Amino acid sequence: MNAPLLQVNDLKKHFPIRGKLFRRSTSRVYAVDGVSFEIARGETLSLVGESGCGKSTVGRAILRLFDVTAGQVVLDGQRIDDLSADRLRRIRRRVQVVFQDPFSSLNPRLSVRDILAEPIRNFDLAKSSAELEEKIAALMDTVRLPRDALDRRPHEFSGGQRQRICIARALAAEPDLIVCDEAVSALDVSVKAQIVNLLQDLQREFGLALLFISHDLAIVEHMTHRVAVMYLGKIVEMAPRNRIFAEPKHPYTRALLSAVPVPDPTVRRKPMILKGDVPSPINPPSGCRFHTRCPYVFDRCRTEEPELRQTAEGQWAACHLESLP
Amino acid sequence: MTVSTTSSAVLPPGLVVAPQAPDLLVPVQVRRGVFGFLRNNPTVAIGGAILLILVLIGIFAPVLWTVDPTALAPAKRMRPPSELSWFGTDALGRDVYSRVMFGARVSLTVGLSVALLATLAGLAIGLVSGFVRWADAIIMRIMDGLMSIPPILLAIALMALTRGSVGNVIMAITIAEIPRVSRLVRGVVLSLREQPYVDAAVACGTRTPMIILRHILPNTLAPLLVQATYVCASAMIVEAILSFIGAGTPPTIPSWGNIMAEGRALWQVKPFLVFFPAAFLSITVLAVNLVGDGLRDALDPRMAKNL
Repeated sequence: MNAPLLQVNDLKKHFPIRGKLFRRSTSRVYAVDGVSFEIARGETLSLVGESGCGKSTVGRAILRLFDVTAGQVVLDGQRIDDLSADRLRRIRRRVQVVFQDPFSSLNPRLSVRDILAEPIRNFDLAKSSAELEEKIAALMDTVRLPRDALDRRPHEFSGGQRQRICIARALAAEPDLIVCDEAVSALDVSVKAQIVNLLQDLQREFGLALLFISHDLAIVEHMTHRVAVMYLGKIVEMAPRNRIFAEPKHPYTRALLSAVPVPDPTVRRKPMILKGDVPSPINPPSGCRFHTRCPYVFDRCRTEEPELRQTAEGQWAACHLESLP
Repeated sequence: MTVSTTSSAVLPPGLVVAPQAPDLLVPVQVRRGVFGFLRNNPTVAIGGAILLILVLIGIFAPVLWTVDPTALAPAKRMRPPSELSWFGTDALGRDVYSRVMFGARVSLTVGLSVALLATLAGLAIGLVSGFVRWADAIIMRIMDGLMSIPPILLAIALMALTRGSVGNVIMAITIAEIPRVSRLVRGVVLSLREQPYVDAAVACGTRTPMIILRHILPNTLAPLLVQATYVCASAMIVEAILSFIGAGTPPTIPSWGNIMAEGRALWQVKPFLVFFPAAFLSITVLAVNLVGDGLRDALDPRMAKNL
């Protein structure tokens, strides 16, 4: 039980940019460039960062929706980044996904019953059609949707209800890990809270591990165990929830946290505003990737890339400031 | 997480229960089945009805008070329309009414066969090039090449290589129409492949053939069906053009195109020789296009519960 459920070692995903003529590879997008983390059973790890920092690419790499460029993805002691298509298909049951947009993540032409039956049939989880029907009905109860909605099609549901269907589909495979790729970002605040609570309940009930990809730090603070902060394809800081929100080490994490609005107009604080934009992942900066925007930049940052170092129990940061003395 | 909607019986002082307001929107009667679909989509119904009549004309041409459409009668050439010959007779004394009725067979056969064949071939080619990346570049360059030749010119060129027969006409027009259909299918497939529900299906362990069958194909059918009606209409016109210039249906088989071609020289003095086949062709093409437009509106996935 002590071995982590999922281990990601130095994961890299580079997308080639092809020229018009003969589709030569002219340059690459360094979407994910050396990311390592672990997720234990029943744990929630949140992956946060600005758009374009590679959060979703990490999620899709773990789902093996594409081949990774380098690095390892180890699920329960078994490498899944180099499996053949056929063996991979059986492993897929254990990692499922809930996407951001509940409108395009359900096939508009299938009924809810067919949508939920698909993973159960694919993985042979039901022995008879009666058992299949029973499982589908139980799934509807689990995500708190009425059973009589089974014959309806996705367009007859609201965004929150569709997201429940997506969660039910993910649960249908009886997975160990669910990748929630911005799963609540497209929902209203009240619906968002319902879905977050549902995910937490399910996690407790089934011992699910969650990889919660999000840019919404308020939700992350509410539901996660640990947080990994990504910037330009790298993890810059990783720490348990309490530590990252109380004592962020990396300047980028501090800037991110200071951008979270506080619902109290009397609070005066000095926000840390970063200058400039995120550099292009096609041509990432030398040294520390954050040096172009970091307020504490010094010479070493421009030439030497900081490694992820432990600064406190369970807290890791990739910053030269943390490793100086 | 059930939301309680029952209002408490005890109201705080100063508050009253809102009165029951009447429904602002009268409930719409849900129409189901084929007839319900037709009532909801009158354009499809009208176009379909006209097409049905024309198909019946084609099938029952021999019993619709026609005479042999190829029987020559030099004694009664170029008679104007009368109660004896409803649409008049042509330069060889053949009954134009009978020829137009039998001509419906050629137009409809060509239109429907081309629509079917071009759609199936285009669907197969489009699916392959949408899914197999290395084949895509090759297939699409060939299609670009075919598309750079005007379809009528291509059909004429193909007909020049073969003998004039209805089968060859169908083949020539089909080849000319395939590029358009396969481009459409490829475009739809490429956009559907990026849909999150396809990724979710991959994560659910669905195999590629099943993904195509369950998730890609049903969502390509709507635009494809609409395209098929336009292909059908265009094929009927191309057939008429081919027959008109003598490159299509042989003169022994009456088709609207070659009836018009034979009447062309005399049309300033005997306009009825051209008018009747032309009117039938226009009405048929109009009906097919009506069906296509209506289907395009009706086949929005959100509306397509009944299909």
